[in-house]
Amino acid sequence: MTTTRKADNIFSKSIDEFFSEMAELARFAARFFSEGLKPPYEFKEVMNQCYEIGIKSLVLVSITAFILGLVLVMQSRPTMVEFGAGSFLPAMSSISIVREIGPLVTALICAGKIGSGISAELGSMKVTEQIDAMEVSGTNPYKYLVVTRILATSLMIPVLTVYADCISLIGAFTGSNIKDDVNLTFYVNRVFEALHYTDVAPAFIKTFFFGFIIGLVGCTKGYNSKKGTEGVGKAANISVVVAMVGVIIIDMVVTQITSMLGYL
Amino acid sequence: MATEINSANSPSVTGNVPVIEIQHLKKAFGDNVVLSDFNLTINKGENMVVMGKSGIGKTILIKCIIGLVKPDGGLLKVFGQDISKLNHRELDDMRTRIGFVFQSSALYDSMTVRQNLEFPLRRHRRKKITGTLEELVREALHNVGLENTIDLMPSELSGGMRKRIGIARSLILKPELVLYDEPTTGLDPITSEEITRLIMDLQEKYKTTAIIITHDTAMAREAANRIVFLWKGIAYKEGTYDELIHDQDPEIKHFFTR
Ligand SMILES: Nc1ncnc2c1ncn2[C@@H]1O[C@H](COP(=O)(O)OP(=O)(O)OP(=O)(O)O)[C@@H](O)[C@H]1O
Ligand SMILES: [Mg+2]
Repeated sequence: MTTTRKADNIFSKSIDEFFSEMAELARFAARFFSEGLKPPYEFKEVMNQCYEIGIKSLVLVSITAFILGLVLVMQSRPTMVEFGAGSFLPAMSSISIVREIGPLVTALICAGKIGSGISAELGSMKVTEQIDAMEVSGTNPYKYLVVTRILATSLMIPVLTVYADCISLIGAFTGSNIKDDVNLTFYVNRVFEALHYTDVAPAFIKTFFFGFIIGLVGCTKGYNSKKGTEGVGKAANISVVVAMVGVIIIDMVVTQITSMLGYL
Repeated sequence: MATEINSANSPSVTGNVPVIEIQHLKKAFGDNVVLSDFNLTINKGENMVVMGKSGIGKTILIKCIIGLVKPDGGLLKVFGQDISKLNHRELDDMRTRIGFVFQSSALYDSMTVRQNLEFPLRRHRRKKITGTLEELVREALHNVGLENTIDLMPSELSGGMRKRIGIARSLILKPELVLYDEPTTGLDPITSEEITRLIMDLQEKYKTTAIIITHDTAMAREAANRIVFLWKGIAYKEGTYDELIHDQDPEIKHFFTR
Protein backbone atom coordinates (compact mmCIF):
# COMPACT_ATOMS: atom_id res chain seq x y z
CA MET A 1 0.00 0.00 0.00
CA THR A 2 2.60 2.49 1.11
CA THR A 3 4.92 1.36 -1.63
CA THR A 4 2.33 2.02 -4.31
CA ARG A 5 1.68 5.46 -2.89
CA LYS A 6 5.40 6.10 -2.84
CA ALA A 7 5.67 4.90 -6.41
CA ASP A 8 2.74 7.13 -7.32
CA ASN A 9 4.51 10.08 -5.76
CA ILE A 10 7.73 9.41 -7.57
CA PHE A 11 5.82 8.96 -10.78
CA SER A 12 3.82 12.17 -10.47
CA LYS A 13 6.91 14.01 -9.37
CA SER A 14 8.84 12.94 -12.42
CA ILE A 15 5.90 13.88 -14.64
CA ASP A 16 5.89 17.33 -13.03
CA GLU A 17 9.61 17.57 -13.57
CA PHE A 18 9.25 16.49 -17.18
CA PHE A 19 6.70 19.22 -17.90
CA SER A 20 8.60 21.97 -16.13
CA GLU A 21 11.65 20.86 -18.07
CA MET A 22 9.71 21.15 -21.32
CA ALA A 23 8.35 24.57 -20.34
CA GLU A 24 11.83 25.80 -19.55
CA LEU A 25 13.10 24.62 -22.92
CA ALA A 26 10.12 26.12 -24.73
CA ARG A 27 10.66 29.50 -23.08
CA PHE A 28 14.29 29.44 -24.08
CA ALA A 29 13.46 28.43 -27.65
CA ALA A 30 10.92 31.24 -27.90
CA ARG A 31 13.50 33.70 -26.67
CA PHE A 32 15.98 32.35 -29.22
CA PHE A 33 13.62 33.18 -32.06
CA SER A 34 12.49 36.53 -30.69
CA GLU A 35 15.91 37.88 -29.71
CA GLY A 36 18.21 35.98 -32.03
CA LEU A 37 16.62 37.26 -35.20
CA LYS A 38 17.03 40.92 -34.27
CA PRO A 39 20.25 42.78 -35.09
CA PRO A 40 23.01 43.33 -34.12
CA TYR A 41 24.25 39.84 -35.03
CA GLU A 42 27.31 38.23 -33.55
CA PHE A 43 28.68 36.63 -36.72
CA LYS A 44 32.22 36.45 -35.49
CA GLU A 45 31.22 34.65 -32.33
CA VAL A 46 29.11 32.16 -34.32
CA MET A 47 32.14 31.33 -36.45
CA ASN A 48 34.26 30.94 -33.33
CA GLN A 49 31.77 28.54 -31.85
CA CYS A 50 31.49 26.52 -35.07
CA TYR A 51 35.23 26.15 -35.09
CA GLU A 52 35.27 25.10 -31.43
CA ILE A 53 32.59 22.48 -32.00
CA GLY A 54 34.37 21.10 -35.03
CA ILE A 55 37.71 20.85 -33.27
CA LYS A 56 36.29 19.35 -30.12
CA SER A 57 34.36 16.54 -31.76
CA LEU A 58 36.31 15.71 -34.91
CA VAL A 59 38.50 12.94 -33.52
CA LEU A 60 35.74 11.35 -31.51
CA VAL A 61 33.32 11.38 -34.43
CA SER A 62 35.97 9.99 -36.80
CA ILE A 63 36.86 7.04 -34.60
CA THR A 64 33.29 6.13 -33.73
CA ALA A 65 32.00 6.49 -37.27
CA PHE A 66 34.78 4.37 -38.73
CA ILE A 67 34.34 1.60 -36.20
CA LEU A 68 30.57 1.53 -36.57
CA GLY A 69 30.81 1.25 -40.36
CA LEU A 70 33.32 -1.55 -40.02
CA VAL A 71 31.36 -3.44 -37.39
CA LEU A 72 28.08 -3.04 -39.23
CA VAL A 73 29.45 -4.84 -42.28
CA MET A 74 31.23 -7.51 -40.28
CA GLN A 75 28.10 -8.27 -38.27
CA SER A 76 25.64 -8.37 -41.12
CA ARG A 77 27.81 -10.11 -43.68
CA PRO A 78 27.37 -13.71 -42.49
CA THR A 79 23.57 -13.47 -42.43
CA MET A 80 23.40 -11.75 -45.76
CA VAL A 81 25.74 -14.26 -47.35
CA GLU A 82 23.67 -17.08 -45.89
CA PHE A 83 20.61 -15.71 -47.67
CA GLY A 84 22.60 -15.27 -50.83
CA ALA A 85 22.41 -11.50 -50.56
CA GLY A 86 26.09 -10.82 -50.12
CA SER A 87 26.15 -8.49 -53.10
CA PHE A 88 23.63 -6.24 -51.39
CA LEU A 89 26.10 -5.52 -48.62
CA PRO A 90 27.29 -2.12 -49.94
CA ALA A 91 23.72 -0.97 -50.58
CA MET A 92 22.48 -2.14 -47.21
CA SER A 93 25.33 -0.61 -45.29
CA SER A 94 25.20 2.72 -47.09
CA ILE A 95 21.47 3.09 -46.48
CA SER A 96 21.80 2.23 -42.80
CA ILE A 97 24.71 4.57 -42.42
CA VAL A 98 23.27 7.57 -44.22
CA ARG A 99 19.74 7.20 -42.92
CA GLU A 100 20.34 6.31 -39.33
CA ILE A 101 23.76 5.48 -38.00
CA GLY A 102 25.63 8.56 -39.20
CA PRO A 103 23.12 11.16 -38.00
CA LEU A 104 22.25 9.43 -34.76
CA VAL A 105 25.77 8.60 -33.68
CA THR A 106 27.05 12.07 -34.50
CA ALA A 107 24.18 13.64 -32.58
CA LEU A 108 24.61 11.38 -29.56
CA ILE A 109 28.34 11.98 -29.42
CA CYS A 110 27.83 15.72 -29.72
CA ALA A 111 25.10 15.64 -27.09
CA GLY A 112 27.66 14.11 -24.76
CA LYS A 113 30.66 16.13 -25.77
CA ILE A 114 29.32 19.48 -27.00
CA GLY A 115 26.06 19.71 -25.03
CA SER A 116 27.67 19.06 -21.68
CA GLY A 117 30.57 21.35 -22.58
CA ILE A 118 28.22 24.21 -23.37
CA SER A 119 26.22 23.81 -20.21
CA ALA A 120 29.29 23.51 -18.01
CA GLU A 121 30.83 26.57 -19.64
CA LEU A 122 27.72 28.74 -19.35
CA GLY A 123 27.03 27.41 -15.87
CA SER A 124 30.42 28.40 -14.57
CA MET A 125 30.18 31.75 -16.33
CA LYS A 126 26.91 32.33 -14.54
CA VAL A 127 28.24 31.30 -11.14
CA THR A 128 31.38 33.43 -11.41
CA GLU A 129 29.37 36.48 -12.54
CA GLN A 130 30.94 36.49 -16.02
CA ILE A 131 27.49 36.72 -17.57
CA ASP A 132 26.71 39.78 -15.44
CA ALA A 133 30.07 41.23 -16.43
CA MET A 134 29.17 40.88 -20.11
CA GLU A 135 25.86 42.55 -19.55
CA VAL A 136 27.44 45.62 -17.96
CA SER A 137 29.94 45.74 -20.84
CA GLY A 138 27.36 46.64 -23.44
CA THR A 139 26.70 43.06 -24.50
CA ASN A 140 23.46 41.16 -24.49
CA PRO A 141 24.73 37.91 -22.96
CA TYR A 142 21.78 35.93 -24.28
CA LYS A 143 22.69 36.87 -27.81
CA TYR A 144 26.41 36.67 -27.37
CA LEU A 145 26.48 33.34 -25.57
CA VAL A 146 23.23 31.50 -26.20
CA VAL A 147 22.10 32.46 -29.69
CA THR A 148 25.58 31.99 -31.11
CA ARG A 149 25.94 28.53 -29.58
CA ILE A 150 22.54 27.31 -30.72
CA LEU A 151 23.25 28.55 -34.24
CA ALA A 152 26.66 26.93 -34.19
CA THR A 153 25.38 23.52 -33.12
CA SER A 154 22.53 23.72 -35.65
CA LEU A 155 25.06 24.39 -38.41
CA MET A 156 27.84 22.09 -37.30
CA ILE A 157 25.96 18.89 -36.47
CA PRO A 158 24.84 18.57 -40.13
CA VAL A 159 28.39 19.19 -41.33
CA LEU A 160 29.80 16.69 -38.88
CA THR A 161 27.13 14.18 -39.89
CA VAL A 162 28.10 14.37 -43.56
CA TYR A 163 31.69 13.88 -42.51
CA ALA A 164 30.75 10.97 -40.25
CA ASP A 165 28.78 9.35 -43.07
CA CYS A 166 31.85 9.45 -45.30
CA ILE A 167 34.15 8.05 -42.65
CA SER A 168 31.64 5.39 -41.78
CA LEU A 169 31.36 4.34 -45.42
CA ILE A 170 35.12 4.05 -45.53
CA GLY A 171 34.88 1.86 -42.44
CA ALA A 172 32.24 -0.26 -44.16
CA PHE A 173 34.44 -0.57 -47.24
CA THR A 174 37.31 -1.70 -45.05
CA GLY A 175 34.98 -4.19 -43.38
CA SER A 176 33.92 -5.61 -46.73
CA ASN A 177 37.54 -6.11 -47.66
CA ILE A 178 38.40 -8.21 -44.66
CA LYS A 179 36.66 -11.34 -45.94
CA ASP A 180 36.00 -10.41 -49.58
CA ASP A 181 38.01 -8.52 -52.09
CA VAL A 182 35.90 -5.53 -53.11
CA ASN A 183 37.04 -3.07 -55.73
CA LEU A 184 36.75 0.58 -54.62
CA THR A 185 35.10 1.83 -57.81
CA PHE A 186 32.61 -1.00 -57.66
CA TYR A 187 31.86 -0.21 -54.01
CA VAL A 188 31.41 3.51 -54.60
CA ASN A 189 29.15 2.85 -57.58
CA ARG A 190 27.05 0.45 -55.55
CA VAL A 191 26.73 2.97 -52.73
CA PHE A 192 25.59 5.80 -54.98
CA GLU A 193 23.19 3.54 -56.86
CA ALA A 194 21.56 2.57 -53.60
CA LEU A 195 21.13 6.07 -52.22
CA HIS A 196 18.18 8.15 -53.36
CA TYR A 197 17.47 11.68 -52.39
CA THR A 198 14.57 10.33 -50.34
CA ASP A 199 17.20 8.66 -48.20
CA VAL A 200 19.54 11.58 -48.03
CA ALA A 201 17.20 14.56 -47.68
CA PRO A 202 15.21 13.53 -44.56
CA ALA A 203 18.38 12.28 -42.92
CA PHE A 204 20.11 15.55 -43.60
CA ILE A 205 17.21 17.73 -42.53
CA LYS A 206 16.81 15.98 -39.21
CA THR A 207 20.40 16.74 -38.28
CA PHE A 208 19.55 20.45 -38.11
CA PHE A 209 16.96 19.61 -35.48
CA PHE A 210 19.45 17.43 -33.66
CA GLY A 211 21.91 20.32 -33.60
CA PHE A 212 19.23 22.73 -32.46
CA ILE A 213 18.09 20.56 -29.57
CA ILE A 214 21.68 19.89 -28.44
CA GLY A 215 22.50 23.60 -28.39
CA LEU A 216 19.18 24.54 -26.85
CA VAL A 217 19.39 22.03 -24.02
CA GLY A 218 23.04 22.79 -23.28
CA CYS A 219 22.41 26.52 -23.14
CA THR A 220 19.18 26.30 -21.15
CA LYS A 221 20.71 24.09 -18.50
CA GLY A 222 23.90 26.13 -18.27
CA TYR A 223 22.29 29.55 -18.32
CA ASN A 224 19.73 28.58 -15.69
CA SER A 225 22.08 26.59 -13.50
CA LYS A 226 21.94 27.16 -9.79
CA LYS A 227 24.60 28.95 -7.80
CA GLY A 228 27.60 26.95 -6.73
CA THR A 229 29.92 24.54 -8.47
CA GLU A 230 27.63 21.63 -7.64
CA GLY A 231 24.90 23.30 -9.68
CA VAL A 232 27.24 23.50 -12.65
CA GLY A 233 28.07 19.78 -12.54
CA LYS A 234 24.42 18.90 -12.22
CA ALA A 235 23.51 21.13 -15.14
CA ALA A 236 26.10 19.46 -17.37
CA ASN A 237 24.91 16.03 -16.36
CA ILE A 238 21.21 16.71 -16.90
CA SER A 239 21.87 18.43 -20.20
CA VAL A 240 23.46 15.28 -21.62
CA VAL A 241 20.52 13.13 -20.60
CA VAL A 242 17.88 15.56 -21.87
CA ALA A 243 19.71 16.20 -25.14
CA MET A 244 20.12 12.49 -25.85
CA VAL A 245 16.47 11.76 -25.15
CA GLY A 246 15.54 14.79 -27.25
CA VAL A 247 17.63 13.55 -30.17
CA ILE A 248 16.04 10.11 -30.05
CA ILE A 249 12.53 11.53 -29.84
CA ILE A 250 13.20 13.80 -32.83
CA ASP A 251 14.62 10.81 -34.69
CA MET A 252 11.44 8.87 -34.05
CA VAL A 253 9.20 11.74 -35.11
CA VAL A 254 11.17 12.35 -38.30
CA THR A 255 11.08 8.65 -39.19
CA GLN A 256 7.32 8.65 -38.63
CA ILE A 257 6.89 11.68 -40.87
CA THR A 258 9.07 10.30 -43.66
CA SER A 259 7.16 7.06 -43.48
CA MET A 260 3.85 8.90 -43.69
CA LEU A 261 5.14 10.76 -46.73
CA GLY A 262 5.93 7.40 -48.30
CA TYR A 263 9.69 7.83 -48.35
CA LEU A 264 10.44 4.69 -46.39
CA MET B 1 18.08 55.11 14.54
CA ALA B 2 20.33 57.01 12.22
CA THR B 3 18.60 56.33 8.95
CA GLU B 4 18.23 60.05 8.35
CA ILE B 5 20.31 60.98 5.33
CA ASN B 6 22.90 63.56 6.10
CA SER B 7 24.98 64.11 3.02
CA ALA B 8 26.97 67.17 4.01
CA ASN B 9 29.18 65.74 6.72
CA SER B 10 32.22 64.99 4.64
CA PRO B 11 34.81 67.70 4.16
CA SER B 12 36.68 66.21 1.19
CA VAL B 13 33.58 65.90 -0.98
CA THR B 14 33.42 68.38 -3.80
CA GLY B 15 30.10 70.16 -3.71
CA ASN B 16 26.84 68.33 -3.17
CA VAL B 17 25.91 66.99 -6.56
CA PRO B 18 24.13 63.69 -5.96
CA VAL B 19 25.36 60.89 -8.21
CA ILE B 20 23.15 58.22 -6.73
CA GLU B 21 19.80 58.79 -5.04
CA ILE B 22 18.05 55.82 -3.56
CA GLN B 23 14.62 56.14 -1.95
CA HIS B 24 12.52 53.40 -0.41
CA LEU B 25 14.26 50.71 -2.45
CA LYS B 26 12.66 47.28 -2.12
CA LYS B 27 13.81 43.88 -3.30
CA ALA B 28 12.68 40.42 -2.25
CA PHE B 29 13.26 36.91 -3.56
CA GLY B 30 10.02 35.12 -2.68
CA ASP B 31 9.75 35.30 1.10
CA ASN B 32 13.33 36.44 1.49
CA VAL B 33 13.09 40.23 1.86
CA VAL B 34 16.56 41.54 1.06
CA LEU B 35 15.92 45.27 0.87
CA SER B 36 12.77 46.57 2.57
CA ASP B 37 13.12 50.36 2.62
CA PHE B 38 16.61 51.43 1.70
CA ASN B 39 17.46 55.13 1.46
CA LEU B 40 20.83 56.64 0.57
CA THR B 41 22.30 59.55 -1.34
CA ILE B 42 25.86 59.57 -2.61
CA ASN B 43 27.48 62.75 -3.80
CA LYS B 44 30.03 63.38 -6.47
CA GLY B 45 33.58 62.51 -5.48
CA GLU B 46 32.52 60.61 -2.41
CA ASN B 47 33.73 57.19 -1.28
CA MET B 48 30.81 55.42 0.31
CA VAL B 49 31.61 52.19 2.07
CA VAL B 50 28.81 49.67 2.53
CA MET B 51 29.21 47.22 5.36
CA GLY B 52 27.01 44.46 6.70
CA LYS B 53 26.87 40.76 7.38
CA SER B 54 27.27 38.19 4.66
CA GLY B 55 24.07 37.51 2.77
CA ILE B 56 22.43 40.72 3.95
CA GLY B 57 22.01 42.16 0.44
CA LYS B 58 25.05 44.34 -0.30
CA THR B 59 25.70 42.80 -3.69
CA ILE B 60 22.02 42.98 -4.58
CA LEU B 61 22.05 46.69 -3.70
CA ILE B 62 24.83 47.58 -6.12
CA LYS B 63 23.46 45.24 -8.78
CA CYS B 64 20.24 47.26 -8.58
CA ILE B 65 22.26 50.42 -9.16
CA ILE B 66 23.76 49.12 -12.39
CA GLY B 67 20.52 47.57 -13.55
CA LEU B 68 21.53 43.91 -13.25
CA VAL B 69 18.82 43.30 -10.68
CA LYS B 70 15.37 44.83 -11.00
CA PRO B 71 14.10 46.31 -7.74
CA ASP B 72 10.52 45.54 -6.68
CA GLY B 73 9.83 49.13 -5.72
CA GLY B 74 11.25 52.50 -4.77
CA LEU B 75 13.16 55.13 -6.65
CA LEU B 76 16.69 54.72 -7.91
CA LYS B 77 18.36 57.60 -9.70
CA VAL B 78 21.88 57.42 -11.09
CA PHE B 79 23.38 60.57 -12.62
CA GLY B 80 19.93 62.10 -12.18
CA GLN B 81 18.24 59.47 -14.37
CA ASP B 82 15.65 57.02 -13.10
CA ILE B 83 17.13 53.59 -13.88
CA SER B 84 13.75 51.92 -14.26
CA LYS B 85 12.71 54.33 -17.03
CA LEU B 86 15.72 53.74 -19.26
CA ASN B 87 15.50 51.71 -22.45
CA HIS B 88 18.18 49.25 -23.49
CA ARG B 89 20.34 51.72 -25.28
CA GLU B 90 20.13 54.38 -22.58
CA LEU B 91 21.01 51.80 -19.96
CA ASP B 92 24.05 50.73 -21.99
CA ASP B 93 25.13 54.35 -22.30
CA MET B 94 24.78 54.84 -18.58
CA ARG B 95 26.79 51.67 -17.92
CA THR B 96 29.73 53.08 -19.84
CA ARG B 97 29.92 55.67 -17.08
CA ILE B 98 29.91 53.08 -14.31
CA GLY B 99 32.64 50.60 -13.43
CA PHE B 100 31.65 47.42 -11.63
CA VAL B 101 34.22 45.30 -9.81
CA PHE B 102 32.69 41.89 -9.22
CA GLN B 103 33.05 39.98 -6.00
CA SER B 104 34.37 36.96 -7.89
CA SER B 105 36.48 39.13 -10.28
CA ALA B 106 34.40 37.69 -13.17
CA LEU B 107 37.30 37.52 -15.59
CA TYR B 108 36.34 35.71 -18.80
CA ASP B 109 38.00 32.31 -18.49
CA SER B 110 38.23 31.74 -22.20
CA MET B 111 40.05 35.00 -22.94
CA THR B 112 43.54 36.28 -22.21
CA VAL B 113 44.07 39.24 -19.91
CA ARG B 114 44.42 41.45 -22.98
CA GLN B 115 41.13 40.24 -24.44
CA ASN B 116 39.45 40.64 -21.07
CA LEU B 117 40.49 44.27 -20.94
CA GLU B 118 39.60 44.91 -24.57
CA PHE B 119 36.14 43.46 -24.15
CA PRO B 120 34.41 46.56 -22.70
CA LEU B 121 36.26 48.79 -25.17
CA ARG B 122 35.14 46.74 -28.15
CA ARG B 123 31.60 46.16 -26.97
CA HIS B 124 30.62 49.65 -25.85
CA ARG B 125 30.80 50.79 -29.44
CA ARG B 126 29.16 54.13 -28.89
CA LYS B 127 31.47 55.34 -26.16
CA LYS B 128 34.05 57.80 -27.44
CA ILE B 129 37.51 56.89 -26.24
CA THR B 130 40.84 58.48 -26.99
CA GLY B 131 43.79 56.23 -27.70
CA THR B 132 44.26 52.86 -29.37
CA LEU B 133 43.16 49.60 -27.77
CA GLU B 134 46.77 48.70 -27.12
CA GLU B 135 47.51 51.99 -25.35
CA LEU B 136 44.43 51.77 -23.19
CA VAL B 137 45.09 48.17 -22.21
CA ARG B 138 48.71 49.00 -21.35
CA GLU B 139 47.64 52.00 -19.31
CA ALA B 140 45.05 49.99 -17.40
CA LEU B 141 47.58 47.27 -16.62
CA HIS B 142 50.14 49.85 -15.62
CA ASN B 143 47.62 51.36 -13.19
CA VAL B 144 47.31 48.06 -11.36
CA GLY B 145 51.01 47.19 -11.72
CA LEU B 146 50.53 44.02 -13.76
CA GLU B 147 51.94 44.89 -17.20
CA ASN B 148 53.65 41.54 -17.56
CA THR B 149 50.45 39.50 -17.35
CA ILE B 150 49.04 40.80 -20.61
CA ASP B 151 49.15 37.49 -22.48
CA LEU B 152 48.29 35.19 -19.60
CA MET B 153 45.00 33.38 -19.14
CA PRO B 154 42.97 34.13 -15.98
CA SER B 155 43.59 30.58 -14.76
CA GLU B 156 47.30 31.42 -14.59
CA LEU B 157 46.75 34.32 -12.19
CA SER B 158 46.58 34.31 -8.40
CA GLY B 159 43.46 35.49 -6.58
CA GLY B 160 44.94 38.90 -5.83
CA MET B 161 46.08 39.35 -9.43
CA ARG B 162 42.62 38.46 -10.66
CA LYS B 163 41.13 41.10 -8.39
CA ARG B 164 43.51 43.68 -9.81
CA ILE B 165 42.79 42.71 -13.39
CA GLY B 166 39.10 42.88 -12.53
CA ILE B 167 39.65 46.41 -11.22
CA ALA B 168 41.66 47.35 -14.32
CA ARG B 169 38.89 46.07 -16.58
CA SER B 170 36.23 48.00 -14.69
CA LEU B 171 38.21 51.20 -14.94
CA ILE B 172 39.26 50.93 -18.57
CA LEU B 173 36.39 53.10 -19.82
CA LYS B 174 37.32 55.81 -17.28
CA PRO B 175 34.01 55.62 -15.42
CA GLU B 176 32.74 58.44 -13.25
CA LEU B 177 31.26 56.02 -10.74
CA VAL B 178 32.84 52.76 -9.58
CA LEU B 179 31.08 50.04 -7.62
CA TYR B 180 33.51 47.75 -5.83
CA ASP B 181 32.13 44.46 -4.52
CA GLU B 182 34.48 43.22 -1.79
CA PRO B 183 37.73 44.06 -3.56
CA THR B 184 39.92 42.76 -0.74
CA THR B 185 38.01 39.77 0.59
CA GLY B 186 40.09 36.61 0.70
CA LEU B 187 43.40 38.42 0.39
CA ASP B 188 46.21 38.71 2.89
CA PRO B 189 46.48 42.01 4.87
CA ILE B 190 49.40 43.27 2.78
CA THR B 191 47.72 42.70 -0.56
CA SER B 192 44.51 44.14 0.90
CA GLU B 193 46.34 47.27 1.83
CA GLU B 194 47.88 47.47 -1.64
CA ILE B 195 44.47 47.20 -3.21
CA THR B 196 43.10 49.84 -0.86
CA ARG B 197 45.97 52.13 -1.89
CA LEU B 198 45.32 51.33 -5.51
CA ILE B 199 41.66 52.22 -5.22
CA MET B 200 42.48 55.49 -3.48
CA ASP B 201 45.16 56.40 -6.04
CA LEU B 202 42.82 55.72 -8.93
CA GLN B 203 40.18 57.74 -7.15
CA GLU B 204 42.62 60.60 -6.87
CA LYS B 205 43.73 60.24 -10.48
CA TYR B 206 40.34 60.00 -12.15
CA LYS B 207 38.18 61.84 -9.59
CA THR B 208 35.61 59.09 -9.41
CA THR B 209 32.71 58.53 -7.05
CA ALA B 210 32.72 55.08 -5.48
CA ILE B 211 30.68 52.61 -3.52
CA ILE B 212 32.91 50.08 -1.83
CA ILE B 213 31.46 46.98 -0.25
CA THR B 214 33.86 45.53 2.26
CA HIS B 215 34.19 43.58 5.50
CA ASP B 216 37.67 44.97 5.90
CA THR B 217 37.63 47.60 8.66
CA ALA B 218 41.14 48.75 7.78
CA MET B 219 40.00 49.49 4.28
CA ALA B 220 36.90 51.25 5.56
CA ARG B 221 39.04 53.44 7.80
CA GLU B 222 41.39 54.34 4.96
CA ALA B 223 39.02 54.80 2.09
CA ALA B 224 35.64 55.81 3.43
CA ASN B 225 34.24 59.31 3.45
CA ARG B 226 31.10 57.79 4.86
CA ILE B 227 30.04 54.31 5.86
CA VAL B 228 26.56 52.90 5.67
CA PHE B 229 25.68 49.84 7.68
CA LEU B 230 23.13 47.66 5.92
CA TRP B 231 20.92 45.56 8.15
CA LYS B 232 17.36 44.24 8.03
CA GLY B 233 16.91 45.65 4.57
CA ILE B 234 17.52 49.27 5.50
CA ALA B 235 20.43 51.72 5.83
CA TYR B 236 20.56 50.94 9.52
CA LYS B 237 23.32 53.37 10.45
CA GLU B 238 25.25 55.87 8.47
CA GLY B 239 28.20 58.07 9.31
CA THR B 240 31.96 58.48 9.20
CA TYR B 241 34.31 55.76 10.37
CA ASP B 242 34.90 57.54 13.69
CA GLU B 243 31.22 57.95 14.31
CA LEU B 244 30.46 54.31 13.68
CA ILE B 245 33.38 52.93 15.63
CA HIS B 246 32.21 54.76 18.73
CA ASP B 247 28.56 53.89 18.18
CA GLN B 248 26.86 52.27 21.14
CA ASP B 249 24.41 50.20 19.10
CA PRO B 250 25.17 46.53 19.91
CA GLU B 251 24.90 45.40 16.27
CA ILE B 252 27.43 47.96 15.08
CA LYS B 253 29.71 47.46 18.08
CA HIS B 254 29.74 43.75 17.49
CA PHE B 255 30.61 44.26 13.85
CA PHE B 256 33.52 46.61 14.44
CA THR B 257 35.06 44.84 17.43
CA ARG B 258 35.26 41.32 16.03
N1 LIG C 1 19.29 35.26 -7.81
C1 LIG C 1 18.86 35.13 -6.55
N2 LIG C 1 17.76 34.41 -6.28
C2 LIG C 1 17.30 34.26 -5.03
N3 LIG C 1 17.89 34.80 -3.95
C3 LIG C 1 18.99 35.52 -4.14
C4 LIG C 1 19.54 35.72 -5.45
N4 LIG C 1 20.64 36.49 -5.33
C5 LIG C 1 20.78 36.75 -4.03
N5 LIG C 1 19.79 36.18 -3.31
C6 LIG C 1 19.61 36.29 -1.86
O1 LIG C 1 19.71 37.63 -1.52
C7 LIG C 1 20.39 37.77 -0.29
C8 LIG C 1 21.45 38.82 -0.41
O2 LIG C 1 22.45 38.36 -1.27
P1 LIG C 1 23.75 39.21 -1.56
O3 LIG C 1 24.51 38.49 -2.59
O4 LIG C 1 23.38 40.61 -1.87
O5 LIG C 1 24.52 39.16 -0.18
P2 LIG C 1 25.83 39.95 0.25
O6 LIG C 1 25.44 40.93 1.29
O7 LIG C 1 26.52 40.47 -0.94
O8 LIG C 1 26.67 38.80 0.95
P3 LIG C 1 28.24 38.49 0.83
O9 LIG C 1 28.93 39.40 1.77
O10 LIG C 1 28.32 37.08 1.27
O11 LIG C 1 28.63 38.67 -0.59
C9 LIG C 1 20.87 36.41 0.11
O12 LIG C 1 20.05 35.94 1.16
C10 LIG C 1 20.71 35.57 -1.12
O13 LIG C 1 20.30 34.28 -0.74
MG1 LIG D 1 28.16 39.97 -2.00
